[in-house]
Amino acid sequence: MDKSRRRITLAGGAFALSPISRAFAAPVGGTAELGLAEIPDGALAEQSLFALPGKLPLIRKTFRPPNFETPVQYFRTPITQNRAFFVRYHLAAIPEVAAKDWTLTVGGESAERELKLSLQQLKREFKPAQVTAVCQCSGNRRGLFEPHVPGVEWGVGAMGNALWRGVRLKDVLAKAGVKADALEVVFDGADHAPLEKTPDFVKSLPLEMAMDENTLIAFEMNGEPLPHWNGFPARLVVPGWTGTYWVKQLVSVKVVAKPEGNFWMSTAYRLPKGRFKTPSFKSQVAAANEPITTMVVNSLITSLKTGQQLRVGQPLLVKGVAWDGGSGIAQVEVSTDGATWHAAKLGKDLGRFSFREFSFSMPTREPGSHVVMARATSRAGETQVNQLIHNPAGYHHNVIQRIYVEVV
Amino acid sequence: MKATLILPLAFLMGNAFSQEGKVALKDGPGREKAQACVACHSLDYIPMNSRFLDKAGWTASINKMINVFGAPIAREDVDAIASYLAENYGKK
Repeated sequence: MDKSRRRITLAGGAFALSPISRAFAAPVGGTAELGLAEIPDGALAEQSLFALPGKLPLIRKTFRPPNFETPVQYFRTPITQNRAFFVRYHLAAIPEVAAKDWTLTVGGESAERELKLSLQQLKREFKPAQVTAVCQCSGNRRGLFEPHVPGVEWGVGAMGNALWRGVRLKDVLAKAGVKADALEVVFDGADHAPLEKTPDFVKSLPLEMAMDENTLIAFEMNGEPLPHWNGFPARLVVPGWTGTYWVKQLVSVKVVAKPEGNFWMSTAYRLPKGRFKTPSFKSQVAAANEPITTMVVNSLITSLKTGQQLRVGQPLLVKGVAWDGGSGIAQVEVSTDGATWHAAKLGKDLGRFSFREFSFSMPTREPGSHVVMARATSRAGETQVNQLIHNPAGYHHNVIQRIYVEVV
Repeated sequence: MKATLILPLAFLMGNAFSQEGKVALKDGPGREKAQACVACHSLDYIPMNSRFLDKAGWTASINKMINVFGAPIAREDVDAIASYLAENYGKK
């Protein structure tokens, strides 16, 4: 039995799957079977399962820089295991950093003094802090955009949820001293490009987000040191905000008085101004566009795939996870007929930045087709959309799934 | 952050690098020039972004690589590479 076939069988869970189910033939990481638009033909044909050192087989989008997506089955638990957590890099020169050699430099023109911190100092001199939070690439589900837009053609798995443990960035900044003119805090990791001319991946946050009590410099993920591919020995954790701000292998933190102007801030990771209701990164707003900030409300059904068949009498079980940009999930509703909606049962609350499990079970009494949908609503009152809000870089896809199953 | 040896990456990525070598571009005029892309990234970026860009779309991508990322691609080669990509990985 090959891997994709085994995967689909697991996807069936308690259901008796028909061996002729269309889902069996689905290629690795296809998104049509999830009731969403399909990724581009070329992306579907090229990708395959591949295990990076220390990782489980993940969906390989590109080898170098490494971009690997988490298969759907790993979202059947609210915490995503480290070995299955997605990998996303822009630049291909990624050093292996030894913990004993790592130094974090904290300074900048709007800091009172410069600090050089070893990993030991970071752990000993600051109070520990932890948060369960979703890290999701801004471009998760980019491949589902119609019309397609260029970039890494992600399916649904450029995301994960983990318990991050480290220290509060605000405590480290307080030790360096923040001057009154501070505007943004700028972050650089140890990775860089093969070419000298390529802009280094450097990101900034508004001062108030850097000072937020939930923003961490994390060195542990789910009780273990960070995996190399997820930022060992320490990375930034910005709960609620998209992954682009979660700088890996963090080596430099600078407090500055002017907006950071490099390519990754001024040109990349931008949304047409006003198209989404997410908060503004005020010092970075331009005439036509503004930086992406928090995630939009979203959900993923993990228990069903299009083409699946159930026998009459078996319950139709709709399970999955929901998340948003930090207000928390208020409710998830499920529809099995395209018209009426029913409240799903929510799982344990692991905090407002975490995946929230949901489940809904319906008895099946007669043969027929069902379109299964789930729509999450955040505590901020935001709900998933029926139709894609298109934007040039392919961000914030939170279209409701439409999975077709048959009761026979 | 600059000034780092790429060797440790090569060690960690050993198997991935050998797998990367199996990603082959389709035969056709301009293929040799398109191989220049490997200076910065694996070639799987090309099929991954197919087939939805026309020649203008591929030209914009190549120009972004040169102008933003400093790709070592000669201006006079842009048209040949864009034609190759449009023909083999372009919108039909």
